[in-house]
Amino acid sequence: MNVTQILFWFLSVLALFGALMVVTSKNPVHSVLWLIATFFSISGHYILLNAQFLAIVNIIVYAGAIMVLFLFVIMLMNLNKTTEPKKNRWLKLAGGVAGGCLLLVFIAALKSSEITQQTAEVKTGDIGLIKNLGRELFSTYVVPFEISSILFLSAMVGAVVIGKKE
Amino acid sequence: MQGMYLLVVDWYFILEKFLLVGLVVSLSMVVAMYATYAERKVAAFLQDRIGPNRAGIFGLLQPLADGGKLFFKEEIIPLASSKALFVLGPMLAMITALLTSAVIPWSTPLRIFDRNISLQIADINIGILYIFGVVSLGVYGIMIGGWASNNKFSLLAAIRGASQMISYELAMGLSLIALLMLTGSLQMSVIVNHQLGGGLGGLLSWHVIYQPLGFVIFFICAMAECNRTPFDLPEAENELNFGYHQEYSSMKLGFYLFAEYINMFISGVVMSTLFFGGYDLPFVNEETWNIHQNWLAIIGFCTLLGKAFFFVFVFMWIRWTIPRFRFDQLMNLGWKRLIPLALINMVITAFVILWLKK
Repeated sequence: MNVTQILFWFLSVLALFGALMVVTSKNPVHSVLWLIATFFSISGHYILLNAQFLAIVNIIVYAGAIMVLFLFVIMLMNLNKTTEPKKNRWLKLAGGVAGGCLLLVFIAALKSSEITQQTAEVKTGDIGLIKNLGRELFSTYVVPFEISSILFLSAMVGAVVIGKKE
Repeated sequence: MQGMYLLVVDWYFILEKFLLVGLVVSLSMVVAMYATYAERKVAAFLQDRIGPNRAGIFGLLQPLADGGKLFFKEEIIPLASSKALFVLGPMLAMITALLTSAVIPWSTPLRIFDRNISLQIADINIGILYIFGVVSLGVYGIMIGGWASNNKFSLLAAIRGASQMISYELAMGLSLIALLMLTGSLQMSVIVNHQLGGGLGGLLSWHVIYQPLGFVIFFICAMAECNRTPFDLPEAENELNFGYHQEYSSMKLGFYLFAEYINMFISGVVMSTLFFGGYDLPFVNEETWNIHQNWLAIIGFCTLLGKAFFFVFVFMWIRWTIPRFRFDQLMNLGWKRLIPLALINMVITAFVILWLKK
């Protein structure tokens, strides 16, 4: 067992534990904080694959920006244990079944896919470094990249239009 | 060989990095400690007072006395707060303040026992983005502390602080994109090396010469990120009593106040590294002095510290000169002035670089 393996297991356990705590925490603020912990462990996995750019962008965008907005909303709405709506038992059951079905589909899809035949390049690959990633994004994938940026721009304009007072 | 050991690692490397981390953390702490003293002296000077002068010569022991006082104060955790998060808040503020220093190249490598010891904890490929990552996490210390206190003033202050930090992060990032176009790399060591060897002993290749507007935007944003006056709205005492750390006492309060000074020092170091040549001593070419490598490293380190201290002083100078913004003024400055300016700066830089390359 070398350092990379130890880190891999540590991060995996942390990610799974964090994800479970997100679902099971009673307090929504705690859920958000556990979600941030999960993002961190996923970023750790990216670093193990030497995808440094992806790792840090995951932290900046998800942990640093989106989760802050989640916290904003939750704190301002003052959600806590007492205000949490009681869900009825059938709803819980339906949720469980739906989630289980999704898991089943994922496992079935991954089991026969090509991904299982490829081994991850731990520590060595350099496709995740910013130079290679940028080159790839702006040559091979330039059209989808630009289309998604236009999508973001229009979403921003839309938000400003909605937020603007008459 | 590999099967015989549980862990195959370069122990010297680990030891070296541990020592370096310890040194950088204690350096930040000591500097922050004396920054509190300097702040009071600078304030006193600007207001024509004497300032602290009772503890030790010139009041030099004042920070120790303050620290001792904070440690021995009664610690109060409000009953209605959520305890774990209440404790987590100051911890996060301190951790995020200290984390940034990991990617800063403090000086040229030292040579001890025939090993070249790099004075940079981690020379990662994504240096600047790492700093941004840590800065964007700085919000949590404030938000969690403010919310966990279960006090309306604290919550309001926390939300103010968070929205301020998010707003100014954008302009900060945009102002740096132009800088990255110049260097073509995010790696901190490459950025510093790019600024060495220009005319006047390196001075003419400092990025501030090429990116003055970018530097001004970055400087303003850094001040906003540190919550310094005129951007100290999260702790505007006449509107919000004491701000997000109102319910805190003892060393937990100390951590919040202290984290601000560490942030100030680190942002001074980051600004010197990005725009002012890092550890480069201007007007002379140190390489030709023909002295031992270790001496060069020490000179470089002192130069970087000197530059950082200068920025810390400017921060203090501004704090005791300019009154606080109103919140709408703050938001207007961030979104309607700095972001468009940074965008224009970026576009102009891009065109000039393209034009020069043709």
